[in-house]
Amino acid sequence: MEDSRYKKLQRVYIVLILLVSFTPLFLLGGIMYYQVAKTYRIKIEEQIRYRAISQTDSIDLFLKERTAILAAIADTVNFDQILDEKNLLKIFEIINLRAGAFVDLGVIDQAGQHRAYVGPYELRGLNYFQQPWFSEVMTKGVYISDVFTGFRASPHFIIAIRRQEDKNCWILRTTIDPDIFGGIVRSAQIGKTGDAFIVNKEGTYQTTPRFYGNILGKTDIDPSKFGGLTTVNEEINSQGEKRLTAGRWLKNKTWLLIISQDVSEEMGGLLQTRNQEIAIILVGSILIILTTVITTRLTVAKLEEADTRMNELNAKLLQSDKLAALGKMAAGVAHEINNPLAVILQKTGWMEDLLEDEALKNSKEIVEYRASLKKIEEHVERARKVVHNMLGYARKMEPRLEDVDINETLRQTISMLENYARLNSIEVKTILSPDIPIIASDQSQLQQVFLNIISNAIDATGRDGLIEVKSAVGETTIDVMIADNGPGIQEEQQKRIFDPFFTTKQTGKGTGLGLWITYNIVEKLGGSISFNSEVGRGTTFTVKIPNAPPTEK
Amino acid sequence: MESKQSQTVPWKQVQKGILKKQVTAMTEEGNIQASTRIKLLLVDDEEGFVNVIANRMSKRGIDATKALSGTDALKALRGQDFDVAVVDLKMQEMDGIELLRILKKMVPEMPVIMLTGHGSERAEEEGMEYGAFDYLTKPCELDELMQKIREALPRGR
Repeated sequence: MEDSRYKKLQRVYIVLILLVSFTPLFLLGGIMYYQVAKTYRIKIEEQIRYRAISQTDSIDLFLKERTAILAAIADTVNFDQILDEKNLLKIFEIINLRAGAFVDLGVIDQAGQHRAYVGPYELRGLNYFQQPWFSEVMTKGVYISDVFTGFRASPHFIIAIRRQEDKNCWILRTTIDPDIFGGIVRSAQIGKTGDAFIVNKEGTYQTTPRFYGNILGKTDIDPSKFGGLTTVNEEINSQGEKRLTAGRWLKNKTWLLIISQDVSEEMGGLLQTRNQEIAIILVGSILIILTTVITTRLTVAKLEEADTRMNELNAKLLQSDKLAALGKMAAGVAHEINNPLAVILQKTGWMEDLLEDEALKNSKEIVEYRASLKKIEEHVERARKVVHNMLGYARKMEPRLEDVDINETLRQTISMLENYARLNSIEVKTILSPDIPIIASDQSQLQQVFLNIISNAIDATGRDGLIEVKSAVGETTIDVMIADNGPGIQEEQQKRIFDPFFTTKQTGKGTGLGLWITYNIVEKLGGSISFNSEVGRGTTFTVKIPNAPPTEK
Repeated sequence: MESKQSQTVPWKQVQKGILKKQVTAMTEEGNIQASTRIKLLLVDDEEGFVNVIANRMSKRGIDATKALSGTDALKALRGQDFDVAVVDLKMQEMDGIELLRILKKMVPEMPVIMLTGHGSERAEEEGMEYGAFDYLTKPCELDELMQKIREALPRGR
């Protein structure tokens, strides 16, 4: 029963300490991780956004350069000159040498007829009038197409410039090498999972992506989600991978550059940080648990030990109270029995005296009478011995005079009660006069007196109290004052506190004999005991012990 | 305890026999005459005890004046002198020690033998301190008391 009480206490302590330790630890760990993850996320978003911007810029520049070159040619040569394929070839060679990425170069008249061509395909004589891009370039003047297959049945895109020459107008058109263009776009692919490609407004691939798709195929990406500036989204693709996607429209507003990266690859560094943090918390937790369990066990064990010692001391006090009471009773019983025994003994003696009378001496029954009287005397003697043995105990309670140092006795008594006081957070202060002489008294009985009063003071004060023990030399006595700041004694109880069996403690906690014994001991030692109590302020007991000089030896 | 008893009883019987002979002898020789009979003040609040002791004393040449309390004893002292007093230590009204102190003031030359009922060493010591001649623990044999009385009387009596 007791055992489980301490086990329960131990469990409560452990749970409380762990709760108090772990809550901030986990909270701190969580917040730190959240903050680091947030910062990390912002950082990689910034990186991918930056890559999108710079890559868009270089693609824009590439297209602008090609468009500018084409426009410069169209503006400087006239229709007749450009129709001469020797001139066209020369121009084609020069621009490929200077800028590159031109697959072919062709001239189309305003009727859509392909009039001159330099390049690997056989396109001469084809009519583009029905091609959608033809009307576009005729109206806008400059045109960059989406990727399409066209006559040559292979994906490509073109740049076309319209030249207005008086009433006549013609178109200079070139095909951009899809491999070179695709290469520029792909140069933004980073790491194992990085991808970079261009889609048009309809979500059709304009360059071949690195994963899961082909040029002119359809993407999962919805281009409308990407606004005017660079937009960074987190997308989950058809494969279920979380990808961070940055999109930026090129200057022509028809192509969208997409740079994407697998989130888990980018967040790899964070994952490592997280694992480190978890490891630290795990090690810390193990240490906390170990420390908590060990220290709690030690503390509870100490508490249990102190309790046990206190219980033992209480039991001893209770026992000595009982024994002292028994001694008192024995003395009283002895007196009450010895008196009638004395009368019986004298009456038998008187009968024996009477039997000496001459007349009775000759009686037939004289021997029988005498034997009977002897038997009575024998039994009186037997009863007397029983009482005598009982008194032997009572005699033990008699004070024995010896040399007593009151201060030392007080110190010893207080040290016996030190643990008990500490458990109740009660301070026991001593103000002992150094002038107390050695006196003739009974040390163990005085100790019993002080023990009773001080332990009563501790019990009465309850918790967080102060007990002051003072010693002083009086006129003919040594005075010991024991003051507590407990609740005091109710007035109606004050008259009764020295009565036997009077107690304010719970049944079983006190016999109600402590102060009665104390009173009797002090009386027997020739001293006196008194008290002064004020309800709510405390009680002071004063014990006056005769200042008797020690017997000379 | 049984064995102790069986040893004690025969010894007491022997002792008592001797004492009785001595007392008888004294009476026969007329050493204790009516005029010279010992005057004893017997104080005890146990009436039965006082009566029987007085009767037995009377047979042994001692005139015991019975007093059932300290006050009675002091009254008796007003009328006459006593050779010796036997005082019970524990009495209802005035206790033996108190009476002893008064007696020692009034008639310091009168020896006082204390009788104690409960064998408290402390009380006995106290009695001795206040000038009691000796003490006996109740219950006691009459012969023990006689012996103490004889010891208490001045030599030659």
